[in-house]
Amino acid sequence: MEFDNEMNIIMDSNSRNEAFARVSVMSFVSQLDPTMADITDIKTSVSEAVTNAIIHGYNNEKGKVYLKCGYKDNNVYIEIKDDGVGINNIKEAMEPLYTSKPEMERSGMGFTVMQTFMDSLEVISEEGNGTIVKMIKKISRS
Amino acid sequence: MLVQSFLEDRNLVIKIEGDIDHHTSEEIREKIDRDYFREKAKNIVFELSSVSFMDSSGIGMLIGRYKNIEKQGGQVAICNVSENIERIFNMSGLQKIIKCYTTLDEALKEI
Ligand SMILES: Nc1ncnc2c1ncn2[C@@H]1O[C@H](COP(=O)(O)OP(=O)(O)OP(=O)(O)O)[C@@H](O)[C@H]1O
Ligand SMILES: [Mg+2]
Repeated sequence: MEFDNEMNIIMDSNSRNEAFARVSVMSFVSQLDPTMADITDIKTSVSEAVTNAIIHGYNNEKGKVYLKCGYKDNNVYIEIKDDGVGINNIKEAMEPLYTSKPEMERSGMGFTVMQTFMDSLEVISEEGNGTIVKMIKKISRS
Repeated sequence: MLVQSFLEDRNLVIKIEGDIDHHTSEEIREKIDRDYFREKAKNIVFELSSVSFMDSSGIGMLIGRYKNIEKQGGQVAICNVSENIERIFNMSGLQKIIKCYTTLDEALKEI
């Protein structure tokens, strides 16, 4: 897809980069003058996907997280990718309250947050072959 | 991120400033659990007016404290939920299990 503007970041799967990722996306998307509500929705969804890559994809071990963000007109496209363990049953993983790590105080709400806060969510994954999360948000200008 | 705590009767008031995510929630969790036992507190009241961001890691952290404190026979309450986290807060269903108050005074009186 031909974006009006696009950026790419490759970062380590370090939990410090959760804040880095959402602040980067926020400042990039700010070029469109979105409302505070839209900014918060996008920031939260980015945080969920990057956190999942770090704690589930890479099990808190070393790896790279790929973040792509582009916009065209008023649509923001975000892609977060890892080369981690992948997801065996995507449908089950996306169900509200499902978590494979209850002992780590996970609530199983990450995908539900992304689904609720963004206009579209697509998860592409295969066991052993990493995960790609694609999200689209149509923003209203403030 | 900054966590401050103080004791009011046997209520441990936890004031969190800044972002609550996976990275910061571990530190928040450790401090709360440490202070709760050190201060021999019974209940916990979260004061959330200065939280700038929260994601599902924050929900997990709050539910985790709720479960632990319930086992000790105490209660958890939340007050002053900032505008920044209202949306995730409402969708999380947290208010169904944890009491929410508009002010700290009200929370301390009611708990
Ligand atoms: N990038 C990923 N790689 C591998 N597994 C994943 C990935 N993202 C999600 N999952 C799987 O999907 C499940 C659900 O993810 P979701 O974000 O909804 O909940 P959670 O991360 O377990 O809890 P929470 O997000 O509330 O802290 C996870 O428990 C995990 O098993
Ligand atoms: Mg998650």
